[in-house]
Amino acid sequence: MFENSLLDETGATAQFAGRFFREGFRPRYEVAEFLHQCYVVGYQSLPMVGITGFIMGMVLTLQSRPTMAQFGAESWIPTMVGLTIIREMGPIITGLIFAGKIGSSIGAELGSMRVTEQIDAMEVSGTNPFKYLVVTRVLATTLMLPVLTILADVIGLYASYLGINLKGVTTLALFVNNIFSSLTFGDVLPAVIKTFFFGFAVGIIGCYKGYHSNKGTEGVGQAANSAVVVSSLLIFVLDLLAVQITGLLGFN
Amino acid sequence: MSLTPPIIAPQAAPPAAGPATEVVLAVEHVSKSFGENHVLQDFSLALHKGENVVVLGKSGSGKSVLVKCIIGLLPPDAGTITVLGLDVATLDHEAMDRLRARVGFLFQSNALYDSMTVRENLLFPLRRHWLDHPPTQEDELVTQALEDVGLGHTAAMMPAELSGGMRKRIALARTLILRPDIILYDEPTTGLDPVTAREIDHLIREVQQKYGTTALIISHDMNCVRLTADRVALLVDGRCYAVGTYAELQSRDDPRVHEFFA
Repeated sequence: MFENSLLDETGATAQFAGRFFREGFRPRYEVAEFLHQCYVVGYQSLPMVGITGFIMGMVLTLQSRPTMAQFGAESWIPTMVGLTIIREMGPIITGLIFAGKIGSSIGAELGSMRVTEQIDAMEVSGTNPFKYLVVTRVLATTLMLPVLTILADVIGLYASYLGINLKGVTTLALFVNNIFSSLTFGDVLPAVIKTFFFGFAVGIIGCYKGYHSNKGTEGVGQAANSAVVVSSLLIFVLDLLAVQITGLLGFN
Repeated sequence: MSLTPPIIAPQAAPPAAGPATEVVLAVEHVSKSFGENHVLQDFSLALHKGENVVVLGKSGSGKSVLVKCIIGLLPPDAGTITVLGLDVATLDHEAMDRLRARVGFLFQSNALYDSMTVRENLLFPLRRHWLDHPPTQEDELVTQALEDVGLGHTAAMMPAELSGGMRKRIALARTLILRPDIILYDEPTTGLDPVTAREIDHLIREVQQKYGTTALIISHDMNCVRLTADRVALLVDGRCYAVGTYAELQSRDDPRVHEFFA
C-alpha cells in the first residue's frame, strides 16, 4: 500500500518535471514574473541564508579548535573549515534552509491559489498557469540557490576568520591564502553544480505539492508541510548521488 | 436501490433559429462523471442572446461542473458544447483563449489574485487577452469597470482589505473589463449577507441591461433566481429536469420542481 502510493507519487512528480521541460522553454516566456520570482526567492532569502552561513562558519571553527589544538594543528583550521564549508556544509545547509523557507512558501502559495480557484481564473484569463506559476518558480529556485550558496560560503568563511581571531591572531590575507592554497576546481565545481539540482528539487517539489493541492485549507497545510519534508529528503539523496558521481569522476 | 423509477422529464427543446432567438450557448446531451459519481447525464440547455438563465439545483448536483465544462476547465465525457458558434471540444489552445476573452466567468470564490492590487487584478485578463490594446486605454477601462460595480475608489487596495461583497463586485468588474458577450456566474450570492446578495442580484440585472450580455447563472439561492432569471433550468439527477420562467415553474405541481419553490 505504502509502496504503491510512494511509486504513484514519484511517477506523478516525474511527469510534472517532464511537463516543466516540455513547456518551460517554449514561448510565451513569462520574463517579468520570472524576475519577480528571482527577487522573492533570491533577494528575500538573503538574511536567512546569511545568518545561517555566519553561524555555520563560526560554530564549525569554535568546535574544531580544541581538537585541532590537541594535535597542534591549529594552522590547519582555515583549510579544514574552508573545505568543509565549500564542499559540503554550505550547499547542504543552505539547501535545507532554502527548502524550509522557499519550498513551504511555494507549496502554501500555490495550494491556496488552487483551493481558491485562482489557478482556474488564470487559465480563463488567457494564461497558461503552469508556465506563469510553475516554470517561473522552478527556474528561479534553480538559478538562485547556487548564488545563495556561494554567498553563504563566503559569509561562513568570514565568520570562521572571526572565530579564529576570538582566541588567536591571524590576518585575513593568511586565512584566505590558507584556504585557496588547498582548494581545487574539483572541490568547488561539483559543489556548485549540485546546488542547481538542489534548487530544482525544491522548486519542482514545492510547485507539485501546491499545484495538486486539494481538500481545502487542510490541503494547503499538507502541501506546505510535504513540500519541505520531501524536498529536504531529496536534497540528501541528491547529495549522496553527487558524492558518488564526483568520486567516480575522480574529484574526491 | 430505488423502488420507483426516476422521473425523467423531457429535455429542453432547442428554440427555433432566427435573429430574434439567436442561440449563443448550447449544451447538448452532455455527460460528466467522476469515477462512479455520475454528475451530469445527458444534460441539454440552450441560451439565447441577451437572456439570463439560472441553473437551479441542490448543492453537489453538478452545477459548477456544468459551467466548468462550458468554459473548458473540465472536458465533458460525452455531448457537445457550442459557445458563440464554436464547438468547445474542437478548439486548440489559442482558439480557446480567444473564446474565453468573449466569455466572462465569475468564480464562486471570486478567485481574486491575493498578491495583486485591485487594479492589477483587473489588468491581468486585459493584458493577457487584449494584447494589442493601447496602454493609455488601461486607466480608462479600469475606472469604467470599477464604476460599473460602484467601487471606483478601490483600485489601489488589496483583495484582503475588501469585504466579501466588495470582492464579489471586483471579481465582476474583472469579468466586465473585457466586455464579454456571455457571463457565467458560479453561485454569485453564496456566502453573502442577504442585503449584499440582493445588491449583487441587481448588479447582474444592470449588467444585462447596460451591456446586453447573455448570462448563465448557477445558484440555489431562490431570491437570486427570482430577481435575475429570465428562465430557470432545473438540474436534477444530472439532467435538465425542467425549464421555464420562475412563475411557470413555481406554479407546477411536480413535487420535484415544487420542492425548490416551497
